[in-house]
Amino acid sequence: MADPSAAGGPRPRPLSPHLQIYRWTPTMAGSIVHRATGLALAGGMAFLAWWLVAAASGYQAYEFFSMVASSLVGKVVLFGLVWSLSFHLLAGTRHLIWDVGYGYQPRAANAWGVAIFAASIAIAAAVFALGYGAGA
Amino acid sequence: MSTRTPLSKVQGLGSAHSGVAHFWRQRATAVALVPLAIWFVISALHLVGGDHTAVSDFFGEPVNAILMILFILAAVTHMSLGIQVVIEDYAESEGGKLALLLLNKAFAWIVGAASLFAVLKMAL
Repeated sequence: MADPSAAGGPRPRPLSPHLQIYRWTPTMAGSIVHRATGLALAGGMAFLAWWLVAAASGYQAYEFFSMVASSLVGKVVLFGLVWSLSFHLLAGTRHLIWDVGYGYQPRAANAWGVAIFAASIAIAAAVFALGYGAGA
Repeated sequence: MSTRTPLSKVQGLGSAHSGVAHFWRQRATAVALVPLAIWFVISALHLVGGDHTAVSDFFGEPVNAILMILFILAAVTHMSLGIQVVIEDYAESEGGKLALLLLNKAFAWIVGAASLFAVLKMAL
């Protein structure tokens, strides 16, 4: 943004303090992580498109996809995506509940914030155990 | 009595009646994605470790293909609306914002078209 004071204009208005001075709360962390997991899931959508196109393309393309997806890096990325999805789903559902006017009491909002973090990790771990537990 | 200025009346630039369209579509797709995403994760779990024929057989079932198409459509819509807000919040310059908004739309259309084509190819 152009600085108006440089052109002899009015002094720049004071800005609100930046992120790092605030005390972290579960609701603040939840809001930031909801946005971050949403962005991560956009990468997940590209990964999903690759999976579908590879499967539609045939043997060779799918073998390559499977090799990448079942590698260590692939599994780490997939776990990140599964956790992102479970967090975004839970936090998004909470947003819908907020939208209709419930759950704004600070104590409840903070408790649910912590619960969503815990539940999202548990769900992601459970999904991963189901997917890879059988040694697949 | 109207609070609109005479200039505004002459220009005819009133509300386009679409102010809440973005907000509303974001919520509508969110509601749709709750069951669709759960269905997708359960389905994907069945296909872990399988080969490409397992995937194409799965989408050969009409119900699975239709649910997947709905999931893709809702997800790319929800995705592009969400990223748009992030860009509008953080983009510093007007030109950069415009470029990022176009890239965001292009990304959603490309991912959506590729995914839908792949599902249809396996389904039909």
